Amino acid sequence: MNVRGELKKSFQISAWFMFLTFPILVIRVNTVENVIEWRWYNMAIVGVSTFLGSALWRYLLSVKEKSQRINAASPGNMTSFQKAFSDKRFFYPALFILIGFVISFPFLFSMYQANIMITALIYVMLGLGLNIVVGLAGLLDLGYVAFYAVGAYSYGLLNFHFGLGFWTTLPIAAILAALAGILLGYPVLRLRGDYLAIVTLGFGEIIRLVLENWGEFSHGPSGIANIPRPSLLGIDMTLTQNTIFTYFVMIGLVLFTIFVVNRLQNSRIGRAWIALREDEIACQAMGIDRTRTKLTAFALGATWAGMGGVVFAAKTTFINPASFTIWESVIILCIVVLGGMGSILGVISGALVLTLLPEYLRAFSEYRMLIFGIMLVSMMVFRPEGIIRNVRRTYTFSKE
Amino acid sequence: MDWEYFLELLLGGLTRGSIYALIALGYTMVYGIIELINFAHGEIYMIGAFTALIVASVLNYAGMNHVAVAILAMVAAIIYSCAYGFAIEKIAYKPLRNAPRLSALISAIGMSLFLQNYVLLAQTPDFLPFPSLIPDFDFWEPYAHIISSQEIAILATTVSVMILLTVMIKFTIIGKAMRATAQDRIMAALVGVDINRVISVTFVVGSATAAIGGVLIASHVGQINFYIGFIAGIKAFVAAVLGGIGSIPGAVLGSLVLGWTESFFTGYISSDYEDVFAFLFLVLILIFRPSGILGRSETQKV
Repeated sequence: MNVRGELKKSFQISAWFMFLTFPILVIRVNTVENVIEWRWYNMAIVGVSTFLGSALWRYLLSVKEKSQRINAASPGNMTSFQKAFSDKRFFYPALFILIGFVISFPFLFSMYQANIMITALIYVMLGLGLNIVVGLAGLLDLGYVAFYAVGAYSYGLLNFHFGLGFWTTLPIAAILAALAGILLGYPVLRLRGDYLAIVTLGFGEIIRLVLENWGEFSHGPSGIANIPRPSLLGIDMTLTQNTIFTYFVMIGLVLFTIFVVNRLQNSRIGRAWIALREDEIACQAMGIDRTRTKLTAFALGATWAGMGGVVFAAKTTFINPASFTIWESVIILCIVVLGGMGSILGVISGALVLTLLPEYLRAFSEYRMLIFGIMLVSMMVFRPEGIIRNVRRTYTFSKE
Repeated sequence: MDWEYFLELLLGGLTRGSIYALIALGYTMVYGIIELINFAHGEIYMIGAFTALIVASVLNYAGMNHVAVAILAMVAAIIYSCAYGFAIEKIAYKPLRNAPRLSALISAIGMSLFLQNYVLLAQTPDFLPFPSLIPDFDFWEPYAHIISSQEIAILATTVSVMILLTVMIKFTIIGKAMRATAQDRIMAALVGVDINRVISVTFVVGSATAAIGGVLIASHVGQINFYIGFIAGIKAFVAAVLGGIGSIPGAVLGSLVLGWTESFFTGYISSDYEDVFAFLFLVLILIFRPSGILGRSETQKV
């Protein structure tokens, strides 16, 4: 009886979606040659996939409801993955293998792979930075890419005009990005979550449009070329050596980020962020300075984006405003959401999954943004805590 | 001062503003009821325009009369936009009604991303020429350089949509239910209002006005692509915030103010920074008067 009801429901939903997608998926008008293409096979695909999809959707919803009931009884339990991770017998060998793999990676694989890995590591850093703002402080920042642009352009322009090198610009860009973060953060402090999202989005677009239109300053849409790669004590390096060097620079920066973010999370300011995220008014009542806490979140988040931007500029040796669209911000947001807001391990795995998978599954690369969209919605509906849930430090009492 | 140029900008701003108003209504109605910024609203507008384009081309190909094509394309756009609005609410927002606001917002962004890419992949990434559905009337020819007959059609449609909407909200049962839900959702449910139905109706009505706006502006501008919904959506949102989000007369007023300021800004100062200007405007409103022109400031409770 139940099965029949479910089948009927799935059937109805699939019919509804076939109706819904009919004009856009089935008909394509070629306005140049005035021909109309009828793509009926698309309708069949939609019919079958929504039939299965809707069954899966309802099954997952019922699972979620059940697990919520169980979780309400015993909150704060770790996932099996995290249990394995905290087990020392497992943890040390795994760490050892990981270190070995990370060190030998650029020597084992081709330069192409190393370049992809560098990109993935930049995204890890960006994800960890955005994680401070979104995951810890709960401020939805859709203009994060603006700080990335600030970093990249500070390197590009400082190098172009004053000939400053990679290592000098790295801290300067970090400071400039942090200042930009404060500059943006200050006026929007009073805004609530949803307004904040729109204003930061607007800010990101303003930066991009200014870079595009203000040709004398930023060289306009044609961008800045011939940006030098990172250097090591002035030694001349071949392209291969330089890629390997960039890879290790990036590994170092990521380790530094992980270290700082991890220390921040359990510090006074980190706990203030989490408190702010949970309840702003209660948090103020406990004596936390809201303005300062939010501003530090913005500034510290932006710092990593600034440094990421410098590495990006150095790696590609060419930047233009097209690299800093709003969708870049959305991808970074996807990384944080997929991995698990607030969880460092989660964000790292989210970044690796979302940057490496599209690279290796080239066949699906055009569907990448489509899948990201579906992912954002379904993660929010079924698993808002992400792949790896952030486990907060808790005190446990052992019975003696 | 050149008065004719001024008049042209004034009327251009009015047309622009009335299009923003048609889209802003959807934002403000949804926000009034479930306090969520429906990021995918601009995409609904875009889907309306695309549906109209496809239907109009197919019918034109079949050799139908011009008026019939325009009406059928408009009707199809409204029906499909409503269907999309309804489906989006059921998929992306309904399961998250009691979740933290951040979750619903991220889900809305995901939906917007999905719809954009869906149209991009199913149709084309290029700009498509949009057939002019509203003809140029001959008797209006002498005045057409000040305001074209298309612009008049836009203004007339907007005004009639506004009147219909006001009547619906003020005098019908469902309108009363919508106002009750906007005031207090739990209390409305307790006195027997079907909340789910009210929310669905809100989404459907908002989508219908967005579709009307989409078809009108697409036929005015003459070309569309999958990305038009994003900027239009942001601007309509700016207008809704300017007027006071959640307030329907506010949305209309805000849209007109935004339309005029944009029109004069691009007419007298610079057109390069048109979009920058809209965003700056938004930031300034939110800093100095976050509740908007007609909005009430609300106190937050723990």
